[in-house]
Amino acid sequence: MRVRMKVDGVQYEDEVEPRKLLTHHLREGLGRVGTPIGCDTSNCGSCIVLIDGDSVKSCSVLAVQADGADITTIQGLASGTEGSGTEGSGAQWHPVQRAFQEHHGLQCGYCTPGMIMATVDLLKRNPNPTEDEVRHGIEGNLCRCTGYQNIVKAVLSAASELRGDGPIPGSFQDAPVEKQEVPA
Amino acid sequence: MTEQLDAGLVAQEIAEHPDALSQPYAGGELGRGRRRKEDAKLVTGQTNWTDNITLPGLLHMAVLRSPMAHATIVSVDVSAALEMPGVIAAYSGADLADVMGASMPCAWPVTPDMVSPVHTPLATDAVRYVGDGVAVVIARDRYAAADALEAIAVEYDQLPAVVDMEVALAEGAPLVHESAGTNKCFVFDFPGAGADYAETVSAAGDDVVVVKRRFIQQRLLPTPMEPRGVVVAPIAAADEFTMYSTTQIPHILRVMLALTTGIPEHKLRVVAPDVGGGFGAKLNVYAEEILALVVARKLGRPIKWTESRSENYQATTHGRDQIQDIEIAASKDGTILGLKVELLADMGAYLQLITPGVPVLGAFMFPAIYKMKAYHFTCTGVFTTKTPTDAYRGAGRPEATFAIERIMDELAAELGRDPMELRKQNWIKHEEFPYDMVAGLTYDSGNYEAATEKAEKMFDMVGLRAEQARRRESKDPVQLGIGISTFTEMCGLAPSRVLGSLSYGAGGWESASIRMLPTGKVEVVSGATPHGQGHHTAWSQIVADSLGVPFEDVELIAGDTQSSPKGMDTYGSRSLVVGGVAIHKATGKVLEKAKRIAAHLLEAAEGDVEFAKGTFTVKGSPEASLTIQQVALATFAAHNLPDGMEPSLDSDYVYDPENFSYPHGTHLCAVEIDTETGFTKIRKYVCVDDIGKIVNPVIVEGQIHGGLAQGIAQALYEEAVYDAEGNLTTGSLVDYHVPAAPDLPHFDTGRTETPATSNPLGVKGVGEAGTIASTPAVVNAVVDALRPFGVNDIRMPATPERVWRALHGDGSPSSDGSDRAAAGTIAYGGTSTGSTAGAAASETIKSSGSAL
Repeated sequence: MRVRMKVDGVQYEDEVEPRKLLTHHLREGLGRVGTPIGCDTSNCGSCIVLIDGDSVKSCSVLAVQADGADITTIQGLASGTEGSGTEGSGAQWHPVQRAFQEHHGLQCGYCTPGMIMATVDLLKRNPNPTEDEVRHGIEGNLCRCTGYQNIVKAVLSAASELRGDGPIPGSFQDAPVEKQEVPA
Repeated sequence: MTEQLDAGLVAQEIAEHPDALSQPYAGGELGRGRRRKEDAKLVTGQTNWTDNITLPGLLHMAVLRSPMAHATIVSVDVSAALEMPGVIAAYSGADLADVMGASMPCAWPVTPDMVSPVHTPLATDAVRYVGDGVAVVIARDRYAAADALEAIAVEYDQLPAVVDMEVALAEGAPLVHESAGTNKCFVFDFPGAGADYAETVSAAGDDVVVVKRRFIQQRLLPTPMEPRGVVVAPIAAADEFTMYSTTQIPHILRVMLALTTGIPEHKLRVVAPDVGGGFGAKLNVYAEEILALVVARKLGRPIKWTESRSENYQATTHGRDQIQDIEIAASKDGTILGLKVELLADMGAYLQLITPGVPVLGAFMFPAIYKMKAYHFTCTGVFTTKTPTDAYRGAGRPEATFAIERIMDELAAELGRDPMELRKQNWIKHEEFPYDMVAGLTYDSGNYEAATEKAEKMFDMVGLRAEQARRRESKDPVQLGIGISTFTEMCGLAPSRVLGSLSYGAGGWESASIRMLPTGKVEVVSGATPHGQGHHTAWSQIVADSLGVPFEDVELIAGDTQSSPKGMDTYGSRSLVVGGVAIHKATGKVLEKAKRIAAHLLEAAEGDVEFAKGTFTVKGSPEASLTIQQVALATFAAHNLPDGMEPSLDSDYVYDPENFSYPHGTHLCAVEIDTETGFTKIRKYVCVDDIGKIVNPVIVEGQIHGGLAQGIAQALYEEAVYDAEGNLTTGSLVDYHVPAAPDLPHFDTGRTETPATSNPLGVKGVGEAGTIASTPAVVNAVVDALRPFGVNDIRMPATPERVWRALHGDGSPSSDGSDRAAAGTIAYGGTSTGSTAGAAASETIKSSGSAL
């Protein structure tokens, strides 16, 4: 079947098998491999993208169902700058992307694209979530590395920044430490 | 600038632009919470996961897997699959028998007479677990390959499944490997380095209390978020191959592929691109890696295979799965006399790379931090018709730590003592280090008192105990339980001689190289292979600190046997403790040589040249100085070096540790248990870990958090369940409960710092600490809450159903209607508390009467 969709600002038109999952079409048909696949039961959330602004597990949608859609993947989330688009070295990260680094909300990074896209949608629906609301808001995304604590911090920080209250300071030390301060 | 570096310009460069090559080093890199270098690609999706790799003409492989746990293969017919559209080839095990190697490797024969059955990448004679590979299809895309699997006709002659270890060992049990004549893989007997256990107990006469327990370490599914995959790019005409694999161990894999397939090692390049977590499950040599390689060799076409999650749960190694019979003997005053451990360890159907070594590693950890005279450990490895087990975060040590920390609580209960006081009475005092343990290890350093004191303050032990008393008093439906785990572990695997003495097939060293580039930038090559830990960041900090160059000027090269040719890879919390020390030592060699060159260039005696923060100076002549970057450029130009000196600062170091390292810590957990629903909520989790000196506190905390999540998951959520026919009934993420964010609490973490004395960085390793420590802390808390109800054990995971049954129902956790009972087993979880001091032995977990 013929399918038209806009992905990260680019219009595509392709012939796809009716049974092809959107996630496979994105990765193999369009080469948008920034969105990974972590399961086959729509439990893990690694493959979440935004379809017309709403977060969707792209393994739970057929490519043909996304006909006419405007899709944003992790690769299109940063703000484009002249000459480097959304993916060049000059692109400006989305506040959620920055927050995940600043709060060490990722380790291996495999769940991260899905976590970030889910967070973008969560904060659109609930700009001022409590910690508990964040935990429940991302319960469709599994992470095996972080224990979620730093992800929750990252989401709260991004929420604060997106509300205009500025990010929550991260754990990283810009200034050098002369001596480790750990009392025995 | 590089292209301008011809003769003459170099000296001119130094003279005219002294600042260009004197990037100042601000100091203080070690212990600094640097932002991770690896995050940029990970938060933008510019990653290179194995499944992202595509090549011209790439073909996709799919594996047909056995739907039966145990059957003879009568026939495999792939002819109909070959007629399917887009199918290039299809092979049964018999078709590949000549090329796929005689057997996949097990590198750890733990006893000389261990049974190590033939394990071919595709089954040829029989299938022995659900998921055992039977045939492969090679097709144009993954959909066509999956379709064609359904066209393969396999005739099986079903054999009985052997799901339970004790059934497997019983007389007349069906044999997993008929030719072995037994389901017993090995018996490893370790009498420790101390006194004889039985003699010690009997010598104590009447002054002894003995507590026995049977603990079940349930089977777990490691579940790295990235499933496994492999891509093989052949140059078939030259018989040369590049393999991209989701592996923790590209270096070990390359050796093993060469040994298994006969393809010469130098014709194989193995790359671990971005790898999405491993947790031990990617520490292996897998059938699909060999199959993709030999099929690519046969067809001369690049091959990709990527598993689905459900396939991952069948075909990727599982963790834990032990039955632990443990007995502790103490004097009536609480002084531990000895410990006896008898393990049954489920190997699954075959031995993978280190399957039998996992429980044997645990042999050294049961005595934990406690002084005792006698220790005896025995482990029997057992074959069953289940997916093979192998390393999973902690590998042998979480199991041991769970058992000793659980039984310490039971001993305290038996003696009527406070569990922390009993621990304090028996642990090694900080002034007693180094300490020779009864299990034969020498612990170099530790301070259990300091970690515990700090943890108890953070936890508010006094306040929580008071609240617990109030809730018990008032018969509150929500009861509070407090659990303790004062753990240690052995990290930094491992001194090669020790591994040799344990019959492991390789050493435990790690390799590092420092390459000083002409512009003063530095490449560090490490044999430790990253898969999410933050090696790029931490190694940059170590190099920056040693060489006095900016953090930003260091780049890591790792995970590719072509560019980082030597390595023992990443597992066992070894990267920093072994690989990081190798890097530190390699930088020392760079500095040694740079100093000679600086002395030559500064026309000073070498003995008068000093180095600090990236700059060489001459004693007494502060104006005479050269930065290390200037020395690097001068070395590259090689116009003016000492006579006969090799024009290179690059250095290699292979570091073999002299001892393990012994991180320790005190973990405290408070749970609220709703006695009406059985639901357990973690109210507070405090841990104070002592991992020695640290490089990056933010990475350290992340490792602790993730470790806690996996340890808590074992205590409360996760269990791989097989039915009596050998089907994995928790075969997808729908049925296997990997915790999500609402399932886990906020963790309060703290540190004390007692440096390791066995390595120059004073580091101990942190990758597994949280997992090892947390499981017993949580289960001890659950049991503590339930103890007034006469409950003194609970099977993991402590689900609401199990807690509720323990509280209300029909006795022991063994009668919880679980898989094991359904599989017709001798009851699991049945424990006995025996006391030669005269206390009445209780043969059930729930004693009569309830405190409420």
